[in-house]
Amino acid sequence: MPEKTLPHETTTPEAVSTALKSGAGKPRSLGQDAWRELRGSWLFWASGVLLILFIVMAAFPSLFTDVDPRQADLRGHYLAPPNWSHIFEGDWFGYNGQGQSVYARTVHGARASIIVGVCVTLAVTVVGGFVGMLAGYFGGWVDALLSRLTDIFFGIPLLLGALTLLQAFTHRTAWTVSLGLATFGWMQIARVMRGAVITQKQADFVTAARALGAGTGRILLRHILPNVIGPVIVVATIALGGYISTEATLSYLGIGLQDPVVSWGVDISAAQSQLRDAPHVLLVPASFLSLTVLAFILLGDAVRDALDPKLR
Amino acid sequence: MTTMEKTANVPEPRATDDGGTPLLEVRDLHVEFHTRDGVAKAVNGVNYSVNAGETLAVLGESGSGKSVTAQAIMGILDMPPGKIPQGEILFRGQDMLKMSAEERRKLRGSKIAMIFQDALSSLNPVLSVGYQLGEMFRVHQGLSKKEARAKAVELMDRVRIPAAKERVNDYPHQFSGGMRQRIMIAMALALEPDLIIADEPTTALDVTVQAQVMDLLAELQREYNMGLILITHDLGVVADVADKIAVMYAGRIVETAPVGELYKRPAHPYTRGLLDSIPRLDQKGQELYAIKGLPPNLLNIPTGCAFNPRCPKAQDICRTETPALAPVTEADGSELTGRGSACHFWKETIHG
Repeated sequence: MPEKTLPHETTTPEAVSTALKSGAGKPRSLGQDAWRELRGSWLFWASGVLLILFIVMAAFPSLFTDVDPRQADLRGHYLAPPNWSHIFEGDWFGYNGQGQSVYARTVHGARASIIVGVCVTLAVTVVGGFVGMLAGYFGGWVDALLSRLTDIFFGIPLLLGALTLLQAFTHRTAWTVSLGLATFGWMQIARVMRGAVITQKQADFVTAARALGAGTGRILLRHILPNVIGPVIVVATIALGGYISTEATLSYLGIGLQDPVVSWGVDISAAQSQLRDAPHVLLVPASFLSLTVLAFILLGDAVRDALDPKLR
Repeated sequence: MTTMEKTANVPEPRATDDGGTPLLEVRDLHVEFHTRDGVAKAVNGVNYSVNAGETLAVLGESGSGKSVTAQAIMGILDMPPGKIPQGEILFRGQDMLKMSAEERRKLRGSKIAMIFQDALSSLNPVLSVGYQLGEMFRVHQGLSKKEARAKAVELMDRVRIPAAKERVNDYPHQFSGGMRQRIMIAMALALEPDLIIADEPTTALDVTVQAQVMDLLAELQREYNMGLILITHDLGVVADVADKIAVMYAGRIVETAPVGELYKRPAHPYTRGLLDSIPRLDQKGQELYAIKGLPPNLLNIPTGCAFNPRCPKAQDICRTETPALAPVTEADGSELTGRGSACHFWKETIHG
């Protein structure tokens, strides 16, 4: 295991002890191993930088623009084309059909998209993880019940399910859209979790923990969870990008976020009718959306490579 | 052998405070597994007992029910498919099978602990050994993280892991096989339990390390005056550390004896077969003896004595009547303490 092999000619005790120190001195956990792997991956850095940019944009849009995204000036700016030389200014990406700055709207739209993506992913991980863990660990009728429930939800397409559920809300915000997506999106995590828990619960260390007096809760949370969280994180990160684009799809279909809310989906939806006159109104938010989704998927890929020792 | 006197000069008071009741007594224990192909009878009426400071070796081939008995005692049998249709497991006179799940959980680890065969797979790969050792104190005694860590270092020192302080944060895969087994032993010993069950603790280790680990285990047992149930198929390991031996076959105890006696004069043809199949230096060049046939299918145990299809001494009675574990006596009828044999022809086997 020590990376340094001893040179044959100088096997002094000091050399041995330093070699031992360099090898055995620092314990490496799964997390640390993954971090070493990630540090060397350009995919991780590229997606990471993009994501940080988008997250800062979502948290502090005023850092990027001081133009009000809702301020409309139809007379002056109706579908005005982009002015590429005016970087970071209101007319950088032109104006939309309401005479609003496309740049300001895109910057402010990041928040809704990222909130939806992150919230849905968190909710889905918690709910799916919980269901999958119970089903996998307890087996028997608990598993039968939860697995059939999962199957039933699997039968409903995410988009159709969310569409139907969100119809019931007259006033839709990022939170309601998240709820709609999470309700129909937790099954994949549940399946991954269930499979992983079933494999791990038969491990000897689980029996050993039981034999030394650990209760069910401790076995599940302290002994099994750390061993199964890897694949779940990967699935969740990759899915996050998908949720953002599903939110955009819902908004495009007119059933997601609604107008006072600024979001990429809302803007894409509004831009469709003027695609031929002013393609920039659609292309700018669509590019940002694609980049965000891509960044999350690439990050998920990098994390999977780092967490899965078999791929090394 | 000095091991026989171990119980006599123990300093600990807990050997005497329960006047006569053995530390652990298994009475007529049955365990079966309900499978698709039928009911596999893994344990069919096992009786044994262990006192404080005493080592009982349970000997037998794979599938003889020795590990299942241990799991039943620990309460870690998977039920279903496992089932305990009858029997009693008395710990200090209390039947553990009648206790609630929570009561049993509290006994596990603090009063009865177990050492497993394969330490690598029995330690959680993603938790440091310090955490896993400390967990014993945090769960059972509610110590803080820091105190538990200190106790873990202390324990690692006890089981003679060099540089314990530096290695407490290491992960199981960073230790050698022998060191890992020491950590398993340390975990089992953490709360100074009254009884330790060691399920083939040295099988996964190489021979030199085997001896070290067994010595360590025997020494700690003596120090804490614990009862030890040593499950093994290695007759060599048994000879060094055990006080008494129970030989199991097809879920039943076929012979019990103090350790020296068993090796000198086995009273069951199966035990004789086991002893004859040990390679010996003075038989160099000869073919090694092996018991013919295979262990019985637990779904379909032969009627009568389960060993009859493989037994060189089998008669008609062996195929019809199940022999009970009967006391074994000298040829002149004088008593041999602790000896028993479940064979219709034990007299011929031991004296003939």
